Amino acid sequence: MRSLIDIKELSVKEIDSLIETALDIIDNPQKYSEKCKGKKLATLFFEPSTRTRLSFEAAMYELGGNVLGFSEAQSSSSAKGESVADTARMISCYADIIAMRHPKEGAPLVASMNASIPVVNAGDGGHNHPTQTLADLLTIKRKKGRFNNLTVGLCGDLKFGRTVHSLINALNRYEGIKFVLISPEELRVPSYVKNEITKAGKEYIETKDLVSAMPELDILYMTRVQKERFFNEEDYLRLKDSYILDPAKLTNAKADLSIMHPLPRVNEISVKVDTDPRAHYFEQALNGKYMRMALILMLLGIK
Amino acid sequence: MKIEEIKNGIVIDHITAGKGEELYKLLGLDKLEIPVAIMKNMNSAKMGKKDIIKIDGAVELNTDIIGYIDPCATVNIIKDGKTVNKYGVSLPRELKNVISCKNPRCITSCEQELDQIFKLTDEEAHEYRCLYCETKAK
Repeated sequence: MRSLIDIKELSVKEIDSLIETALDIIDNPQKYSEKCKGKKLATLFFEPSTRTRLSFEAAMYELGGNVLGFSEAQSSSSAKGESVADTARMISCYADIIAMRHPKEGAPLVASMNASIPVVNAGDGGHNHPTQTLADLLTIKRKKGRFNNLTVGLCGDLKFGRTVHSLINALNRYEGIKFVLISPEELRVPSYVKNEITKAGKEYIETKDLVSAMPELDILYMTRVQKERFFNEEDYLRLKDSYILDPAKLTNAKADLSIMHPLPRVNEISVKVDTDPRAHYFEQALNGKYMRMALILMLLGIK
Repeated sequence: MKIEEIKNGIVIDHITAGKGEELYKLLGLDKLEIPVAIMKNMNSAKMGKKDIIKIDGAVELNTDIIGYIDPCATVNIIKDGKTVNKYGVSLPRELKNVISCKNPRCITSCEQELDQIFKLTDEEAHEYRCLYCETKAK
Protein backbone atom coordinates (compact mmCIF):
# COMPACT_ATOMS: atom_id res chain seq x y z
CA MET A 1 0.00 0.00 0.00
CA ARG A 2 1.44 3.26 -1.14
CA SER A 3 0.62 6.92 -0.45
CA LEU A 4 1.86 10.16 -1.95
CA ILE A 5 2.79 12.85 0.55
CA ASP A 6 5.81 14.51 -1.06
CA ILE A 7 6.77 14.67 -4.76
CA LYS A 8 10.27 13.41 -3.83
CA GLU A 9 8.73 10.02 -3.04
CA LEU A 10 8.22 9.42 -6.75
CA SER A 11 11.19 8.28 -8.78
CA VAL A 12 11.89 9.74 -12.22
CA LYS A 13 10.73 6.42 -13.66
CA GLU A 14 7.44 6.55 -11.76
CA ILE A 15 6.83 10.14 -12.88
CA ASP A 16 7.50 9.04 -16.47
CA SER A 17 5.03 6.21 -16.05
CA LEU A 18 2.35 8.54 -14.59
CA ILE A 19 2.85 10.92 -17.50
CA GLU A 20 2.57 8.07 -19.96
CA THR A 21 -0.72 6.99 -18.36
CA ALA A 22 -2.03 10.58 -18.34
CA LEU A 23 -1.20 10.98 -22.04
CA ASP A 24 -2.98 7.73 -22.79
CA ILE A 25 -6.01 8.92 -20.80
CA ILE A 26 -6.05 12.11 -22.89
CA ASP A 27 -5.96 10.07 -26.12
CA ASN A 28 -8.30 7.28 -25.04
CA PRO A 29 -10.66 8.51 -22.31
CA GLN A 30 -13.17 5.71 -22.99
CA LYS A 31 -10.59 3.06 -22.12
CA TYR A 32 -10.44 4.45 -18.59
CA SER A 33 -14.09 5.31 -17.99
CA GLU A 34 -14.79 2.24 -15.86
CA LYS A 35 -11.36 1.49 -14.41
CA CYS A 36 -12.43 2.53 -10.91
CA LYS A 37 -15.95 1.16 -10.99
CA GLY A 38 -17.00 0.26 -7.47
CA LYS A 39 -14.13 2.26 -5.92
CA LYS A 40 -14.58 5.28 -3.68
CA LEU A 41 -12.39 8.32 -3.23
CA ALA A 42 -12.74 10.16 0.08
CA THR A 43 -11.97 13.86 -0.27
CA LEU A 44 -11.13 15.05 3.23
CA PHE A 45 -10.76 18.80 2.92
CA PHE A 46 -10.15 20.37 6.31
CA GLU A 47 -9.86 23.74 4.63
CA PRO A 48 -11.64 24.96 1.55
CA SER A 49 -10.01 24.47 -1.84
CA THR A 50 -12.56 24.40 -4.57
CA ARG A 51 -10.25 23.73 -7.49
CA THR A 52 -8.13 20.94 -6.06
CA ARG A 53 -11.15 19.18 -4.59
CA LEU A 54 -13.17 19.42 -7.80
CA SER A 55 -10.19 18.23 -9.81
CA PHE A 56 -9.84 15.12 -7.61
CA GLU A 57 -13.58 14.49 -7.76
CA ALA A 58 -13.72 14.94 -11.54
CA ALA A 59 -10.72 12.59 -11.84
CA MET A 60 -12.48 9.85 -9.86
CA TYR A 61 -15.80 10.27 -11.70
CA GLU A 62 -14.04 10.06 -15.07
CA LEU A 63 -12.53 6.77 -13.93
CA GLY A 64 -16.04 5.48 -13.18
CA GLY A 65 -15.60 5.66 -9.41
CA ASN A 66 -17.52 7.44 -6.68
CA VAL A 67 -16.66 10.20 -4.26
CA LEU A 68 -17.53 10.93 -0.65
CA GLY A 69 -16.13 13.43 1.80
CA PHE A 70 -16.36 16.91 3.22
CA SER A 71 -15.09 20.28 2.14
CA GLU A 72 -14.51 22.09 5.41
CA ALA A 73 -13.45 21.09 8.91
CA GLN A 74 -16.74 22.29 10.44
CA SER A 75 -18.62 19.50 8.72
CA SER A 76 -16.20 16.79 9.90
CA SER A 77 -15.61 15.11 13.25
CA SER A 78 -12.45 17.14 13.71
CA ALA A 79 -14.81 19.92 14.83
CA LYS A 80 -15.62 17.58 17.74
CA GLY A 81 -11.92 17.10 18.43
CA GLU A 82 -11.23 13.88 16.51
CA SER A 83 -7.56 13.38 15.66
CA VAL A 84 -6.28 13.07 12.09
CA ALA A 85 -5.12 9.53 12.93
CA ASP A 86 -8.61 8.45 14.02
CA THR A 87 -10.25 10.13 11.03
CA ALA A 88 -7.87 8.24 8.73
CA ARG A 89 -8.60 4.90 10.45
CA MET A 90 -12.33 5.49 10.25
CA ILE A 91 -12.34 6.59 6.58
CA SER A 92 -10.30 3.47 5.74
CA CYS A 93 -13.48 1.50 6.54
CA TYR A 94 -15.55 3.41 4.00
CA ALA A 95 -13.34 4.34 1.04
CA ASP A 96 -10.54 2.94 -1.14
CA ILE A 97 -8.33 6.01 -1.34
CA ILE A 98 -8.08 9.37 0.45
CA ALA A 99 -7.25 12.82 -0.89
CA MET A 100 -6.56 15.10 2.07
CA ARG A 101 -6.06 18.82 2.39
CA HIS A 102 -5.29 20.15 5.86
CA PRO A 103 -4.10 23.53 7.15
CA LYS A 104 -1.55 21.85 9.43
CA GLU A 105 1.72 20.76 7.87
CA GLY A 106 2.31 17.02 8.11
CA ALA A 107 -1.36 16.09 8.66
CA PRO A 108 -1.57 13.93 5.50
CA LEU A 109 1.59 12.10 6.58
CA VAL A 110 -0.05 11.34 9.94
CA ALA A 111 -3.12 10.12 8.04
CA SER A 112 -0.96 7.85 5.85
CA MET A 113 0.73 6.39 8.92
CA ASN A 114 -2.67 5.35 10.30
CA ALA A 115 -4.85 4.61 7.28
CA SER A 116 -5.06 1.18 5.70
CA ILE A 117 -5.73 2.74 2.28
CA PRO A 118 -3.55 5.09 0.14
CA VAL A 119 -3.48 8.76 1.12
CA VAL A 120 -2.77 11.56 -1.34
CA ASN A 121 -1.61 14.88 0.06
CA ALA A 122 -3.83 17.50 -1.57
CA GLY A 123 -1.94 20.33 0.17
CA ASP A 124 -0.81 20.68 3.77
CA GLY A 125 -0.42 24.32 4.80
CA GLY A 126 2.58 25.92 3.14
CA HIS A 127 4.39 22.59 2.98
CA ASN A 128 3.68 20.14 0.13
CA HIS A 129 1.26 19.88 -2.76
CA PRO A 130 2.58 17.00 -4.90
CA THR A 131 -0.35 16.73 -7.29
CA GLN A 132 0.12 20.38 -8.29
CA THR A 133 3.68 19.47 -9.21
CA LEU A 134 2.40 16.51 -11.23
CA ALA A 135 0.12 18.94 -13.10
CA ASP A 136 3.10 21.23 -13.70
CA LEU A 137 5.22 18.35 -15.00
CA LEU A 138 2.57 17.12 -17.42
CA THR A 139 2.19 20.68 -18.71
CA ILE A 140 5.94 20.96 -19.28
CA LYS A 141 5.97 17.57 -21.00
CA ARG A 142 3.06 18.46 -23.30
CA LYS A 143 4.37 21.92 -24.13
CA LYS A 144 8.12 21.39 -24.31
CA GLY A 145 8.27 17.65 -24.98
CA ARG A 146 11.07 17.17 -22.47
CA PHE A 147 12.30 17.81 -18.92
CA ASN A 148 15.97 18.32 -19.71
CA ASN A 149 17.85 21.34 -21.06
CA LEU A 150 15.30 23.90 -19.96
CA THR A 151 15.77 27.35 -18.49
CA VAL A 152 12.99 27.70 -15.96
CA GLY A 153 12.06 31.12 -14.61
CA LEU A 154 10.22 31.16 -11.31
CA CYS A 155 8.74 34.53 -10.49
CA GLY A 156 6.97 36.19 -7.57
CA ASP A 157 6.77 34.84 -4.04
CA LEU A 158 9.55 32.27 -4.03
CA LYS A 159 9.90 32.22 -0.26
CA PHE A 160 6.51 30.91 0.81
CA GLY A 161 5.39 29.35 -2.47
CA ARG A 162 5.18 25.60 -1.85
CA THR A 163 4.47 24.91 -5.52
CA VAL A 164 7.77 26.57 -6.44
CA HIS A 165 9.78 24.50 -3.95
CA SER A 166 8.17 21.23 -5.08
CA LEU A 167 8.71 22.03 -8.76
CA ILE A 168 12.39 22.83 -8.09
CA ASN A 169 12.75 19.50 -6.26
CA ALA A 170 11.15 17.64 -9.13
CA LEU A 171 13.17 19.34 -11.90
CA ASN A 172 16.45 19.05 -9.98
CA ARG A 173 16.57 15.43 -11.14
CA TYR A 174 16.83 16.21 -14.85
CA GLU A 175 19.89 17.13 -16.90
CA GLY A 176 20.59 20.62 -18.16
CA ILE A 177 18.04 22.41 -15.98
CA LYS A 178 18.81 26.02 -15.12
CA PHE A 179 16.68 28.04 -12.73
CA VAL A 180 16.21 31.80 -12.93
CA LEU A 181 14.77 32.89 -9.60
CA ILE A 182 12.97 36.20 -10.04
CA SER A 183 11.66 37.87 -6.89
CA PRO A 184 12.00 40.85 -4.59
CA GLU A 185 14.75 40.42 -2.02
CA GLU A 186 12.17 39.82 0.72
CA LEU A 187 10.67 36.82 -1.08
CA ARG A 188 13.72 34.92 -2.31
CA VAL A 189 13.91 31.13 -2.40
CA PRO A 190 14.92 29.86 1.08
CA SER A 191 18.55 28.80 1.39
CA TYR A 192 17.72 25.13 2.02
CA VAL A 193 15.96 24.97 -1.38
CA LYS A 194 18.94 26.67 -3.04
CA ASN A 195 21.21 24.12 -1.35
CA GLU A 196 19.13 21.37 -2.95
CA ILE A 197 19.72 22.94 -6.38
CA THR A 198 23.46 23.13 -5.77
CA LYS A 199 23.59 19.59 -4.38
CA ALA A 200 21.83 18.38 -7.53
CA GLY A 201 24.60 20.02 -9.58
CA LYS A 202 22.19 22.47 -11.21
CA GLU A 203 22.68 26.17 -11.91
CA TYR A 204 20.58 29.04 -10.64
CA ILE A 205 20.69 32.79 -10.78
CA GLU A 206 18.73 35.21 -8.63
CA THR A 207 17.41 38.46 -10.01
CA LYS A 208 14.85 41.12 -9.20
CA ASP A 209 14.27 41.97 -12.83
CA LEU A 210 11.65 39.96 -14.72
CA VAL A 211 12.03 41.88 -17.99
CA SER A 212 15.78 41.39 -18.34
CA ALA A 213 15.48 37.70 -17.43
CA MET A 214 12.72 37.10 -19.97
CA PRO A 215 14.67 36.45 -23.24
CA GLU A 216 16.42 33.29 -22.03
CA LEU A 217 13.41 31.59 -20.45
CA ASP A 218 11.82 28.42 -21.83
CA ILE A 219 9.27 28.37 -19.01
CA LEU A 220 7.96 31.21 -16.86
CA TYR A 221 6.23 29.99 -13.71
CA MET A 222 4.37 32.89 -12.13
CA THR A 223 3.20 33.09 -8.52
CA ARG A 224 1.44 35.81 -6.64
CA VAL A 225 3.23 38.42 -4.55
CA GLN A 226 0.92 38.72 -1.58
CA LYS A 227 0.55 41.95 0.34
CA GLU A 228 0.53 40.20 3.71
CA ARG A 229 4.06 38.88 3.12
CA PHE A 230 5.55 42.38 3.34
CA PHE A 231 6.59 44.17 6.49
CA ASN A 232 5.27 47.49 5.25
CA GLU A 233 2.84 48.67 2.64
CA GLU A 234 5.37 51.01 1.07
CA ASP A 235 7.60 48.11 0.00
CA TYR A 236 4.61 46.22 -1.33
CA LEU A 237 3.41 49.14 -3.41
CA ARG A 238 6.92 49.72 -4.71
CA LEU A 239 7.34 46.10 -5.80
CA LYS A 240 3.97 44.74 -6.75
CA ASP A 241 3.86 45.97 -10.34
CA SER A 242 7.32 44.61 -11.15
CA TYR A 243 5.91 41.11 -10.85
CA ILE A 244 2.72 41.56 -12.80
CA LEU A 245 3.02 39.90 -16.18
CA ASP A 246 1.53 41.89 -19.04
CA PRO A 247 2.00 41.82 -22.84
CA ALA A 248 4.67 44.55 -22.69
CA LYS A 249 6.91 42.44 -20.45
CA LEU A 250 6.62 39.58 -22.95
CA THR A 251 8.05 41.61 -25.83
CA ASN A 252 11.47 39.95 -25.67
CA ALA A 253 10.25 36.49 -24.67
CA LYS A 254 10.90 33.39 -26.75
CA ALA A 255 8.22 32.47 -29.25
CA ASP A 256 7.83 29.06 -27.61
CA LEU A 257 7.87 30.27 -24.00
CA SER A 258 5.45 28.43 -21.75
CA ILE A 259 3.71 30.67 -19.19
CA MET A 260 2.48 28.72 -16.19
CA HIS A 261 0.72 29.54 -12.92
CA PRO A 262 -0.65 27.18 -10.24
CA LEU A 263 -3.83 29.35 -9.96
CA PRO A 264 -5.81 30.99 -8.52
CA ARG A 265 -4.56 34.10 -10.22
CA VAL A 266 -5.44 37.44 -8.73
CA ASN A 267 -3.72 40.16 -10.70
CA GLU A 268 -0.19 38.84 -11.23
CA ILE A 269 -0.95 37.92 -14.82
CA SER A 270 -2.90 40.51 -16.76
CA VAL A 271 -6.02 39.08 -18.42
CA LYS A 272 -4.59 40.49 -21.65
CA VAL A 273 -2.02 37.67 -21.56
CA ASP A 274 -4.77 35.00 -21.53
CA THR A 275 -5.17 35.09 -25.30
CA ASP A 276 -1.42 34.77 -25.90
CA PRO A 277 -0.79 31.25 -27.29
CA ARG A 278 2.06 30.95 -24.77
CA ALA A 279 -0.36 31.20 -21.82
CA HIS A 280 -0.73 27.64 -20.58
CA TYR A 281 -2.12 28.08 -17.06
CA PHE A 282 -5.67 26.96 -17.77
CA GLU A 283 -4.43 23.85 -19.57
CA GLN A 284 -2.24 23.29 -16.54
CA ALA A 285 -5.39 22.97 -14.39
CA LEU A 286 -6.81 20.45 -16.87
CA ASN A 287 -3.52 18.53 -16.82
CA GLY A 288 -3.90 18.35 -13.04
CA LYS A 289 -7.06 16.27 -13.48
CA TYR A 290 -5.33 13.85 -15.87
CA MET A 291 -2.37 13.39 -13.55
CA ARG A 292 -4.70 12.83 -10.58
CA MET A 293 -6.46 10.14 -12.63
CA ALA A 294 -3.12 8.48 -13.40
CA LEU A 295 -2.09 8.74 -9.74
CA ILE A 296 -5.34 7.22 -8.44
CA LEU A 297 -4.84 4.27 -10.81
CA MET A 298 -1.24 3.82 -9.71
CA LEU A 299 -2.00 3.97 -5.98
CA LEU A 300 -4.95 1.59 -6.34
CA GLY A 301 -2.78 -0.79 -8.38
CA ILE A 302 -5.14 -0.65 -11.37
CA LYS A 303 -3.52 -1.15 -14.77
CA MET B 1 38.25 22.07 42.79
CA LYS B 2 37.76 18.40 43.45
CA ILE B 3 34.78 16.17 42.85
CA GLU B 4 35.00 12.75 44.39
CA GLU B 5 35.54 9.70 42.23
CA ILE B 6 32.41 7.66 41.75
CA LYS B 7 32.17 3.97 42.60
CA ASN B 8 29.25 2.87 40.47
CA GLY B 9 27.79 5.10 37.86
CA ILE B 10 28.40 6.94 34.59
CA VAL B 11 30.82 9.64 33.50
CA ILE B 12 30.03 11.53 30.30
CA ASP B 13 33.39 12.93 29.27
CA HIS B 14 34.77 15.08 26.45
CA ILE B 15 31.63 17.18 26.20
CA THR B 16 32.33 20.31 24.16
CA ALA B 17 32.68 23.16 26.67
CA GLY B 18 29.35 24.91 27.11
CA LYS B 19 27.16 21.96 26.15
CA GLY B 20 27.15 20.17 29.52
CA GLU B 21 24.20 22.02 30.95
CA GLU B 22 21.99 21.48 27.88
CA LEU B 23 22.85 17.78 27.91
CA TYR B 24 22.08 17.60 31.64
CA LYS B 25 18.63 19.04 31.02
CA LEU B 26 17.76 17.00 27.92
CA LEU B 27 18.85 13.76 29.60
CA GLY B 28 16.47 14.61 32.44
CA LEU B 29 19.29 14.36 35.00
CA ASP B 30 17.68 17.21 36.95
CA LYS B 31 14.92 14.77 37.88
CA LEU B 32 17.27 12.18 39.43
CA GLU B 33 17.54 11.91 43.19
CA ILE B 34 21.10 10.56 43.14
CA PRO B 35 24.21 12.76 43.16
CA VAL B 36 24.98 14.32 39.75
CA ALA B 37 27.78 16.78 39.04
CA ILE B 38 28.25 19.03 36.02
CA MET B 39 31.84 20.17 35.67
CA LYS B 40 32.24 23.06 33.28
CA ASN B 41 35.30 24.39 31.47
CA MET B 42 37.64 21.70 32.76
CA ASN B 43 41.16 21.63 31.33
CA SER B 44 41.67 19.07 28.62
CA ALA B 45 44.90 18.22 26.82
CA LYS B 46 42.95 17.27 23.67
CA MET B 47 40.16 19.83 23.66
CA GLY B 48 41.54 22.79 25.59
CA LYS B 49 38.37 23.01 27.64
CA LYS B 50 35.59 20.51 28.13
CA ASP B 51 32.55 19.77 30.25
CA ILE B 52 32.07 16.55 32.22
CA ILE B 53 28.95 15.05 33.81
CA LYS B 54 29.28 12.52 36.63
CA ILE B 55 26.31 10.45 37.73
CA ASP B 56 26.77 8.57 40.98
CA GLY B 57 24.51 5.59 40.42
CA ALA B 58 23.28 3.25 37.70
CA VAL B 59 20.80 4.89 35.34
CA GLU B 60 19.62 4.22 31.78
CA LEU B 61 20.82 6.96 29.46
CA ASN B 62 19.38 7.76 26.06
CA THR B 63 22.60 7.79 24.02
CA ASP B 64 20.70 9.33 21.08
CA ILE B 65 20.37 12.48 23.16
CA ILE B 66 24.10 12.52 23.91
CA GLY B 67 24.91 11.99 20.22
CA TYR B 68 22.49 14.76 19.23
CA ILE B 69 23.92 17.34 21.64
CA ASP B 70 27.55 16.38 21.17
CA PRO B 71 28.77 13.49 19.01
CA CYS B 72 32.29 14.09 20.41
CA ALA B 73 31.27 13.02 23.93
CA THR B 74 32.30 9.68 25.41
CA VAL B 75 30.43 7.56 27.93
CA ASN B 76 32.28 5.71 30.69
CA ILE B 77 30.52 3.06 32.74
CA ILE B 78 32.06 2.77 36.19
CA LYS B 79 31.75 -0.30 38.39
CA ASP B 80 33.53 -0.71 41.72
CA GLY B 81 35.57 2.38 40.95
CA LYS B 82 36.84 1.05 37.61
CA THR B 83 35.90 1.90 34.03
CA VAL B 84 34.34 -1.30 32.68
CA ASN B 85 33.04 0.10 29.42
CA LYS B 86 33.87 3.18 27.40
CA TYR B 87 32.22 4.18 24.16
CA GLY B 88 31.70 7.06 21.82
CA VAL B 89 28.36 8.26 20.48
CA SER B 90 27.32 9.35 17.03
CA LEU B 91 24.66 11.56 15.51
CA PRO B 92 21.43 9.51 15.64
CA ARG B 93 19.51 9.12 12.36
CA GLU B 94 16.26 9.82 14.19
CA LEU B 95 15.27 11.57 17.41
CA LYS B 96 12.03 10.51 19.05
CA ASN B 97 10.45 12.67 21.74
CA VAL B 98 13.70 14.48 22.53
CA ILE B 99 12.99 17.90 21.06
CA SER B 100 9.75 19.52 19.95
CA CYS B 101 8.81 21.16 16.69
CA LYS B 102 8.50 24.92 17.07
CA ASN B 103 6.54 25.47 13.85
CA PRO B 104 3.06 26.67 14.88
CA ARG B 105 1.68 25.34 11.57
CA CYS B 106 2.95 21.80 12.27
CA ILE B 107 0.36 19.11 12.98
CA THR B 108 2.22 18.34 16.25
CA SER B 109 1.26 21.81 17.51
CA CYS B 110 -2.40 20.84 17.75
CA GLU B 111 -2.26 17.05 18.12
CA GLN B 112 -0.03 16.70 21.11
CA GLU B 113 -0.28 12.92 21.48
CA LEU B 114 1.82 12.53 18.31
CA ASP B 115 5.43 11.44 18.75
CA GLN B 116 7.85 14.29 18.11
CA ILE B 117 10.13 12.76 15.47
CA PHE B 118 13.11 14.47 13.87
CA LYS B 119 15.25 13.04 11.07
CA LEU B 120 18.93 13.76 10.46
CA THR B 121 18.88 15.55 7.09
CA ASP B 122 22.42 16.91 6.87
CA GLU B 123 25.12 15.08 8.76
CA GLU B 124 27.81 17.67 8.12
CA ALA B 125 25.69 20.56 9.38
CA HIS B 126 24.15 18.46 12.22
CA GLU B 127 20.79 19.38 10.79
CA TYR B 128 17.59 17.74 11.96
CA ARG B 129 14.16 18.34 10.47
CA CYS B 130 10.69 17.54 11.78
CA LEU B 131 9.31 14.37 10.18
CA TYR B 132 5.92 16.01 9.68
CA CYS B 133 6.57 19.56 8.50
CA GLU B 134 10.33 19.41 7.70
CA THR B 135 11.04 22.50 9.79
CA LYS B 136 14.65 22.66 10.94
CA ALA B 137 15.24 21.91 14.63
CA LYS B 138 16.42 24.96 16.54
